[in-house]
Amino acid sequence: MVLHISSALTASALHPLLCFCFHNTYPEMENASGLHRQLASMKKNLFDQGYLDEQFYQLEELQDESSPNFVEEVVTLFFRDSSRSMANIDEALQQCPRDFHRLDKFLHRLKGSASSIGAAKMKNECTRLREFCSEENLDGCLRSFQKVKNDHTILRQKLENYLQLLRQVGPVDRASRSGS
Amino acid sequence: MAVVAEAQFHVLAVDDSLMDRKLIERLLKTSSFQVTAVDSGSRALEVLGLSEDLTSSSAVSPAHNGSSSLKDIPVVIMSSENVPSRINRCLEGGAEEFFLKPVQLSDMKRLRPHILKGKSKEQQLQEEETSNTSISSNKRKATDEELSPERRRLRLSNNSLI
Repeated sequence: MVLHISSALTASALHPLLCFCFHNTYPEMENASGLHRQLASMKKNLFDQGYLDEQFYQLEELQDESSPNFVEEVVTLFFRDSSRSMANIDEALQQCPRDFHRLDKFLHRLKGSASSIGAAKMKNECTRLREFCSEENLDGCLRSFQKVKNDHTILRQKLENYLQLLRQVGPVDRASRSGS
Repeated sequence: MAVVAEAQFHVLAVDDSLMDRKLIERLLKTSSFQVTAVDSGSRALEVLGLSEDLTSSSAVSPAHNGSSSLKDIPVVIMSSENVPSRINRCLEGGAEEFFLKPVQLSDMKRLRPHILKGKSKEQQLQEEETSNTSISSNKRKATDEELSPERRRLRLSNNSLI
């Protein structure tokens, strides 16, 4: 940016202009680093509370200039896939007589996609749910599935917030992605 | 402009989950493989130009003048389940390797030895055929039937070879 100083301008007229130029850049920088910090803290929270595991880092590692929205795209696919699986599981649990073999197939699918994005809590609860399923323990299945649904809802909200912030920040550099 | 000295290998990835296909595609591309991703075993055979009848010892590929078959292509299995008996059955049935999902970037380097092995297997096959040894692919059909459609095949690109 070139500042052309005309001799017609008085010092007092120039002063506010210069102040504007300086202050204009600072809020941007502060805003960016503030967002980065918020992003890092959100991510740390997700990990500390056990919602995500290291597999999520793998997703971030795969995001680059040639695939700049990779994380968001995979997460979107996950929620699409998992919602479908959960609807199938719901239906299978209502069905009479219960087909636990069929139920297990849906659970396998759900657990697989949860583990693919690093959705740790969901994955672990799916494991427990599959155990109840193999025992044909309907009550256990229902209770466990309720937990899975809750984990799913919470994760969805948290990741939506995270991704929204990620979009604001733009391309995230490796330093903030390393996540410690 | 850099000249690519190393040949690019082409991997056919098969998985019924769109999410997992996206992941594996990204993993492979990041590791400099060419990728085609399909959602089923039948689709995979279609892409390879092979017929679904694998009981005949030569599943013919029209594109390759009848000399190619599924047994020439190294197959790597992937699954989210770690069931040793199932894994062993796959390996005994002819799979080269098993990857536990979620597949990692570090797993990609485990592919290269199998690609090169695949080429020498093809040469071995030609030698064996000339000496009239029949190679049964019934094993492979059994394997295909038992497996869920989660497998990856490696195919040498036509312009390869180191």
